[in-house]
Amino acid sequence: MGRESLIDEIRTKLGDAVEGVSDSFGDPVLTVRPSSLRSLMTALRDAPFDYAVLLDLTCVDFAAGEGRFELVYHLYSLSRNVRLRLKASLSASDPVAETLTGLWKNADWLEREVFDMFGVRFTGHPDLRRLLTYEGFEGHPLRKSYPWRLAQPRIPMKDKV
Amino acid sequence: METRIQREARPESMLINMGPSHPAMHGTIRIMLELDAERILNAEVEIGYLHRGFEKTCENKTYFNLLPYTDRLNYVSPLINNLGYAMTMEKMLGVGVPERAQLIRVLMSELSRVSDHLTCLAAMAMESGAFTVFLYMIKAREFLWDVIEFTTGARMTTSYIRIGGVRADLHPDWRGSLATAVRETRRVLKDVSGLLDKNSIFQGRTRGVGVISKEDALSYGWTGPCLRSTGIPYDVRKASPYLIYDKLDFEVPVGEFGDNFDRYRVRMREMEQSLRLLEQVAVLIPDAAPITGEPANEPAEAIRVSRRQKTAARIRLSPNLEGSEKARYADLLTSDKPAVLGSTACGVVVPPKEDTYTTMEGLISHFLFFMNGHGIRPPKGDVYFSVEGGNGEVGFYVVSDGTDRPYRLHLRAPCFHVVSALEPLIKGRLLADIIPTFGSMNIIAGELDR
Repeated sequence: MGRESLIDEIRTKLGDAVEGVSDSFGDPVLTVRPSSLRSLMTALRDAPFDYAVLLDLTCVDFAAGEGRFELVYHLYSLSRNVRLRLKASLSASDPVAETLTGLWKNADWLEREVFDMFGVRFTGHPDLRRLLTYEGFEGHPLRKSYPWRLAQPRIPMKDKV
Repeated sequence: METRIQREARPESMLINMGPSHPAMHGTIRIMLELDAERILNAEVEIGYLHRGFEKTCENKTYFNLLPYTDRLNYVSPLINNLGYAMTMEKMLGVGVPERAQLIRVLMSELSRVSDHLTCLAAMAMESGAFTVFLYMIKAREFLWDVIEFTTGARMTTSYIRIGGVRADLHPDWRGSLATAVRETRRVLKDVSGLLDKNSIFQGRTRGVGVISKEDALSYGWTGPCLRSTGIPYDVRKASPYLIYDKLDFEVPVGEFGDNFDRYRVRMREMEQSLRLLEQVAVLIPDAAPITGEPANEPAEAIRVSRRQKTAARIRLSPNLEGSEKARYADLLTSDKPAVLGSTACGVVVPPKEDTYTTMEGLISHFLFFMNGHGIRPPKGDVYFSVEGGNGEVGFYVVSDGTDRPYRLHLRAPCFHVVSALEPLIKGRLLADIIPTFGSMNIIAGELDR
């Protein structure tokens, strides 16, 4: 099945959730409404689209210029051998998105990483806390407002388990 | 600060810390365990001990300068990281790569893949008590790294694969060292198969341990040998071929049960396929034509001569020096210009040193490549590209705002997804089962924590 027809199929069946379709260096990109992110992802994961793998989730900080954060999801369909990129814009003042933890199991850690690095909160996440940095770390390092090489305050030594 | 496991722990069970600095935790990772005797009731994995802000650092480096940082991601197969980054940028810039450079890239990728698998299995076997296997495999890895070192000048921090090609031609004696490496690795693989395949201690610790189903593996975003051990033949080299992989003959070995033993077997069989690929590529790479006839000057002499008059005489440079041997440039580095140019025309590769040293135009193009605000400036937009790394799909996601530095660079680290499944795999098992399970996953903290 060609890629164009696949995008058409997504638009026909899930048109309400899709804000726009674009092409980025030959890859299809869907811009989706954050409010319908979870329902759209559920539909994409199951047949007929069958995007069984959440390849990647990351975020881009456009807070300074455009006043938004952008979540970037990469899905992969094993049966059709196609990748798909989805983007959802969140407001810079209150970045909140729905969690995908029930849909893909790696969404747990991926969302924790985005929370850690960007301060984006995911509603419904069972255990949303920092992943790569530590409790007591101040700020979200991949935000553009976070200076490169900022010193962090000292934290008390962790309790021994 | 109380951890989740401390809050949930039963009062009578024992809490124990494994790592972050533990002989069997190669790479710094901490596993907190709630134990009932040797049975694991609950586990919590904590990562980030090697987090060094790779992505933030890249936002502050130019596209050319951040390449050495990619060496430090998966430090066992740095050439594949170099390749992933270089190909992502080539996709964004819309430049092609000469055929010889593509063949060299395949050669380097497969050498790295074998050394990656060897390191993983060596550590896994050593931690299960088979120290002989460790020594054999590390010996084989040294032969492979000899080939890499002859050409790139480094064992691990190679920075050899550049945007638009490769840094220098292969070492003149590469065929001999490659033949030795392939022969020695084959011998070691045979020995290791003999030592482990029917070894009841090894079987007992790996068969039926760390079992993951196909559905779970996909749901956790597993790729690479770990996913293939469950029976799903997903390999980026076959699914979306890059370089010349579609013209080469190789198989994608798969496992059956998704346990530790299958992950071991898949890696062993993949190494055999990689050795086959190495032999095929070695045949395809033609011998470099010797550059003879013209007189050649030492650099100091060449500079002295060129001060007085323009000279056509060649400069004799070290074969591993950046951009050396202008005559071979066409074979190794692209001459394409990026799709969108800055204010001044500048290619995507370092200009030949011969020109930089001897002509004004060469010096200008050198400065245009390296000066702040110039250099490689891809068009605005975002791009994702992935290659098959040692432990799965290594993907780079780059957002460009049209300047000489990435606005955002994200690495899709394959072992991040694999480690996120560690907790359920060890829960309910014995303490000793962590070691082979953890070992067979091939965790590289450099790319896990970035």
